[in-house]
Amino acid sequence: MTDEEIKHVVVELFKKIAPDTEPEKLAPDDDIRHTLEIDSFDALQFVVALDEHFGIETPEEDYGKIATMKNLIYYIQQKKTRLPT
Amino acid sequence: MIEFNMPSLGADMEAGTLREWLVKPGDKVKRGDIIAIVETQKGLIDIEVFDEGVVNQLLIREDEKVPVGTVMALIANGEKGTGKTLQRLGKETETGKPVEEWQPVIAPHLVKASPLAKRIAAEKNIDLQTVKGTGEGGAITKEDVEKAAAQKAVMNEIKPPATESIRMAVAAAMSKSNREIPHYYLQQKIDMRKALAWLVEANKLRGVKQRLLPVVLLIKAVAKALTAVPELNGYWENGFRHKDEINIGFAISLRSGGVMIPAIHNADKKTLDELMTALNYIIPRARAMKLKSSELSTSTITITSLGEANAELVYGVIYPPQVALVGFGSIIEQPWAEQGMLDVRPVITATLAADHRATDGATGSRLLMYINNYLQKPELL
Repeated sequence: MTDEEIKHVVVELFKKIAPDTEPEKLAPDDDIRHTLEIDSFDALQFVVALDEHFGIETPEEDYGKIATMKNLIYYIQQKKTRLPT
Repeated sequence: MIEFNMPSLGADMEAGTLREWLVKPGDKVKRGDIIAIVETQKGLIDIEVFDEGVVNQLLIREDEKVPVGTVMALIANGEKGTGKTLQRLGKETETGKPVEEWQPVIAPHLVKASPLAKRIAAEKNIDLQTVKGTGEGGAITKEDVEKAAAQKAVMNEIKPPATESIRMAVAAAMSKSNREIPHYYLQQKIDMRKALAWLVEANKLRGVKQRLLPVVLLIKAVAKALTAVPELNGYWENGFRHKDEINIGFAISLRSGGVMIPAIHNADKKTLDELMTALNYIIPRARAMKLKSSELSTSTITITSLGEANAELVYGVIYPPQVALVGFGSIIEQPWAEQGMLDVRPVITATLAADHRATDGATGSRLLMYINNYLQKPELL
């Protein structure tokens, strides 16, 4: 998957969890939770959705690595390439 | 014969609009069945019954607005005479309107529409009288309603009507609280180091979907503390009425503004995993404004938790007729002095707003001490 394709999926996931927000307008370095006003419950739903859509488990200690769109896409790319095909 | 009444779904509710009957005369019903959908300021609510019987008569038409306590249906349970109320939720006939004035009618349908069309119309706040039906015999179909909804959305893009009614519901309840309840407040800083460390380990053993949030520890600690301080669990109705069940009303903020406070029933008897499951069940439905009557009417105390990266302290306003509200601010790293040593700890500030008619500060203080003690022994929660 290209970065753009991952971003597209991620934006859709955020829209499902937080309707009325505009995740497509997130700048690469924006703090996602702060900008979209996502609480810890919604954040956990997002981590569950990452698992369902990309098959990647995000341990709690990695939450800091997915705080911005740029880091989130990088994180997903890294995790996916490590997965057995 | 049992009377099924328009339930009160909170101190702020005076009337509700019946949107749909899910039963018809002759249908058998049992405890917990959802038999009607009622629209209130808090959205569409599934209304449950709490006894067994056979529906005898439906007395209210769909789309009719009636005061709380109005008899909506008669249900035969083999007993003669009336007087027993099937709907036991909340406080009955709060408005004091005499039920006898009501003239029973059998529900004729005002407009022909499929159940699905009615449900969608209710959800999207479309008046079916204004929709032209293209189905069989002029019946309104799902497509007709969706078309009407799309037209309405174009004309009414600025503000969803639900936002305003939720605001008014919160305004009514909080004004009543401030007018009638003499609040007193206490606060306690709680060291969360042990609780959070325990949670990290507990979550390592769980899959992503089973992960626990810190708030379930807070809910369980409050519920257990209430078993030790029962004076704060119940209602003020011409005197304190203690409730045996500990039903925690959990305040959920809506993105569009306002709060919904569904109940987590018997929270003291639930495991942490069961509490997390309960949250997973109620939070999305509360945000979609789709709750059940029993969830909106049976809380015996309220918890409001601000969550991460928010203000460090919240002084709550009690939700009447309850007598207490426990508030939790964000967990924040703070200097912490203990045994002559200074350290940095994750600290949460718990507050209690309590009704001074029902209890005094000493009682409230005991509750906060118990909450603190339980959070120092998370493995026992």
